Amino acid sequence: MATITKHRPTPTVSGTHGGARKRSRIAQLNWLGGSLSWIWLVIVMLPIYWIVITSFKTQDTYFITNPLAPPSDFSFANYKTVVESDVARYFMNSVIVTAGAVVPAVVVSFMAAYAIVRGVGSRTLRLMNGVFVMGLAIPLQAVIIPVYLIIIRLQMYDTLAAIILPSIAFAIPLSVLVLSNFIRDVPKELFESMRMDGASEWGTMWRLAFPLTRPALVTVTIYNALGIWNGFLLPLVLTQNPDNRTIPLALADFSGQFGVNVPAIAASVTLTTLPIVLLYAIGRRQLLSGLTAGFSK
Amino acid sequence: MALPAFVWFVLFGIVPLLGVVALSFTTWNGIGEIVPSGLTSWKATLQDPGLPHALWVTFLIMALSWAVQTPMSILLGVFLATSKRYREFLAVLYFIPLLLSSAAIAITYKALLDPSFGLGSGLGVEWLNQDWLGNGTLAMGVLIFIVSWQFIPFHTLIYQGAVRQIPTSMYEASQIDGAGRVRQFFSITLPQLKYTIITSSTLMVVGSLTFFDLIYVLTAGGPGDATRALALLMYQQGFQANLMGPASAIAVILVLVGLGLSLLLRRLGGRGNESQLEGA
Repeated sequence: MATITKHRPTPTVSGTHGGARKRSRIAQLNWLGGSLSWIWLVIVMLPIYWIVITSFKTQDTYFITNPLAPPSDFSFANYKTVVESDVARYFMNSVIVTAGAVVPAVVVSFMAAYAIVRGVGSRTLRLMNGVFVMGLAIPLQAVIIPVYLIIIRLQMYDTLAAIILPSIAFAIPLSVLVLSNFIRDVPKELFESMRMDGASEWGTMWRLAFPLTRPALVTVTIYNALGIWNGFLLPLVLTQNPDNRTIPLALADFSGQFGVNVPAIAASVTLTTLPIVLLYAIGRRQLLSGLTAGFSK
Repeated sequence: MALPAFVWFVLFGIVPLLGVVALSFTTWNGIGEIVPSGLTSWKATLQDPGLPHALWVTFLIMALSWAVQTPMSILLGVFLATSKRYREFLAVLYFIPLLLSSAAIAITYKALLDPSFGLGSGLGVEWLNQDWLGNGTLAMGVLIFIVSWQFIPFHTLIYQGAVRQIPTSMYEASQIDGAGRVRQFFSITLPQLKYTIITSSTLMVVGSLTFFDLIYVLTAGGPGDATRALALLMYQQGFQANLMGPASAIAVILVLVGLGLSLLLRRLGGRGNESQLEGA
């Protein structure tokens, strides 16, 4: 899966006659795709642009200015309103839930992926892998009622742990799939030479496979973090007290609470989306290559 | 070493899956005792006129969003697959909707489409200024649009990656035979993308069964029950009406529909996991 970039068509490979002709034809006929892609860019960015500029407008000017014009004088008042409305607590809750679920999920998924790739002959492992593959098709919604029952029986209802425990489970199937696809590409000779050097299976896993799998680990970490940070159903069903709620739910509450104060709503959306955009900015390359390879295989 | 992951997934994935089947044969109000009640909950669910309607709404969302997303994603994916700086830049920006939570997206569009305070009234554009979420047909259209807005970027990415894996030699050969770009698209690109189309469609179709947060925040199933899809019906029955038995029955239906659809799509794709590079 890491080989994807090798297949990229490289027009410069042969600077010959044929290459040049090909390029000019692309230039002639690609105006359709080109204009479509720019139109799509406008469609994608317009709501995002709108929500960001609106967040800097005051409520009075919001009603009288052109909704697509940037604010004449930037006001941070909305951000102040949002920050003062307990957003810090929701933010911390989201951080705890995301970190608390992603780290264990990735670690156990990596161990499972390693075992599945290395123990090809084992029937037990094949069965476990089959369960994970099947798990890819189980939507969270379908099992939310029994999960709710389990959480109640564990006396964990309305705690952050109630969100974390099932989040870990539902991050596992896809993580195992992506990681095992990746570990499969590690040359067998490396494992063999590790064994010749007397390393245990445990040592090989952490000292050889773990560092080599880093790109895929980053991919699944970001992907899972994204999903859990934005998760809505688990906190909705498993918590009740605003003290234990996470950002997506808080957003829904805000929008009710602020009513027609659209700039305040815009500020809350912008502010709570910022961390995930930062995370994406940091890990973008890895996330994209991991995702494309994982799904187009 | 696979044990921790396996145990955890069985505990919160497989056991609940069996549990939901078991719960569909009980009446439970979410707090009190769980009493077995045979087929009572199933009867109530199957006789509820809300169920066929929710199935229809779910099917509509699935079919329409597939029909909008697939051609768009293929075209954009093919276009972006060629390495050019500005296309990489476009791909970066396209990805942004995927970062936002469905709740944030729903709130944004709700404010944007508000008939009194939204974009339409602010710009004074007649056709934009409608009660988008107050009319059943319009609300469904808005929902399809938002779903496409959110997920076309993801599928574009899948297609972009797949197109890059098509060997250039195939294009070179066809060029010698005098095939144009359009011909190449239909004779090489599309057939080579066959398995990717199946993968992407499976993700789209099965994913559309689970649209919950977007609908919950955007319309709460309304106006009336125009956008009340299966997952929302289940939530409302279970957690708002405290009818966990019938809600579990709906959840079982949800699983069966999802399973049936993914098997059907796999069948359509022919032989499972063979190489996409056939004929290269």
